[in-house]
Amino acid sequence: MIKLEIKKSFKNANFYFKTDIKNHSINAVFGKSGSGKTTLLRLLSGLETPDEGEIVVDEKIWFSSSKKINLTPQQRDIGFVFQDYALFPNMSVIENLRFAQQKKDEKFLKNLLEIVELTEFQNKYPELLSGGQKQRVALARAVAKKPKLLLLDEALSALDNLMRIQLQDDVKLIHKELNLTTLMISHDIAEVYKLASNILVIKNGKIEKSGNPDILFENSKISGKFKFSAKIIKIEPADILYIITLLIQNNLTKVVATKEEAKMMSIGDDVLVASKAFNPIILL
Amino acid sequence: MFVETMMLTFKVAVITTAILFIIGVPLALWISSTTSKLKPVVETIVSMPLVLPPTVIGFYLLIFLGPASSIGGFMESWFDMRLVLSLEGIIIGSVICSFPFMIQPIQSGLQSLPKSLIEASYTLGKSKFQTLMQVQLPNIKNSLLTGIVLTFAHTVGEFGVVLMIGGNIPGETRVASIAIYDEVEALNYSVANQYALTLFAISFSILLLVYVLNRKFSGLLK
Repeated sequence: MIKLEIKKSFKNANFYFKTDIKNHSINAVFGKSGSGKTTLLRLLSGLETPDEGEIVVDEKIWFSSSKKINLTPQQRDIGFVFQDYALFPNMSVIENLRFAQQKKDEKFLKNLLEIVELTEFQNKYPELLSGGQKQRVALARAVAKKPKLLLLDEALSALDNLMRIQLQDDVKLIHKELNLTTLMISHDIAEVYKLASNILVIKNGKIEKSGNPDILFENSKISGKFKFSAKIIKIEPADILYIITLLIQNNLTKVVATKEEAKMMSIGDDVLVASKAFNPIILL
Repeated sequence: MFVETMMLTFKVAVITTAILFIIGVPLALWISSTTSKLKPVVETIVSMPLVLPPTVIGFYLLIFLGPASSIGGFMESWFDMRLVLSLEGIIIGSVICSFPFMIQPIQSGLQSLPKSLIEASYTLGKSKFQTLMQVQLPNIKNSLLTGIVLTFAHTVGEFGVVLMIGGNIPGETRVASIAIYDEVEALNYSVANQYALTLFAISFSILLLVYVLNRKFSGLLK
């Protein structure tokens, strides 16, 4: 169990985070850019020091302003995947992984390379890898020392869809295999639903709500037969109704809304589309 | 005489470069990572030799290191070491004059490394020293090389400060750049030419080597 209650102020932003995170869970950190997602991860990892508060992981104090305890990133049992991969250019893939290990365990590294499908690339240098491959090396390196807590800072956002799905599977597999507790920043609702059992919604430097991913949508208790997360692309009036164009995964769909409903929506919103489908047709 | 002077010139350059490398790496690391208010002051002091005439530095060194000064007097009475008109003196002068040539390339190399590399190393459990040795320095090889070579070449070519503090004692403080001046004054143009040509050839080859190697390194790291 991770218990945290911390405050941090920068020149132009204030952050206050309070939450409990269950062991061995995948937690999605969700929110607009600038809301404080990365700051939360950096505070947890020790790369940034809170002004006050406490971080306790499995009864062990990582940070406590009242007790004057502040473990360095080196002392915290974490793996961090950076947004820009942060692979060491002077080391090959396997050397990057070895660098991360305190106790040598080549068998485990071999296993890791197989999971992320990079065995044949192990002697290549990072400059020769594609974005997706670099990201997989970064993921493998972050878990090479078998940390307790895995932090992923928008690790998947720079990848195209196919790469992303593969990496999501990798994250899920590694998370399970190593029994990690994972916090991952994500902008993608589908990703959140796919991977996370808990979601932390961050708004204006605070955890606004947390819980099951369904909390993203207040009306999600609707007993729809089909439910999709979607993004609003276009809102246009048509006679007395409005036509809302939605992006569901890679498909555009049009849905009608009343004037009142349309007023509450804006382009770019993430929404839930549910349908009472009594008589679905399946086409092959 | 010619060989002796050239050997002395290289001895001074090698020692100066070695001293500056040892001081330069930690200092450049400090400058590149500090948020201290002293940073601009230190940067200014480091860059001063670029704009000051070497004779100014030589003049102050002469005053502060001479046997009549407290530092010079102390060194002479305790270690029997004379800091002016001596090899030690010109090494001190060269170290000061070549300071920016070592610090600035290393500093800008360190600053150009993404911060996340260092942070990644910390989260992987590595200490600051391990990170410096295994991540930072290996990834700024071309900056290190530039610093070392520029320092070496600049020290070989230094004239003013060496003349001011070292004088012109054959085998002791007469380095090649001073020998040229000396031979020209004595109208020995052929010997002067020998020195001049040697320095020219050496400087050219060293710089050429740097550019070739830098191309190789940057090709590796891209």
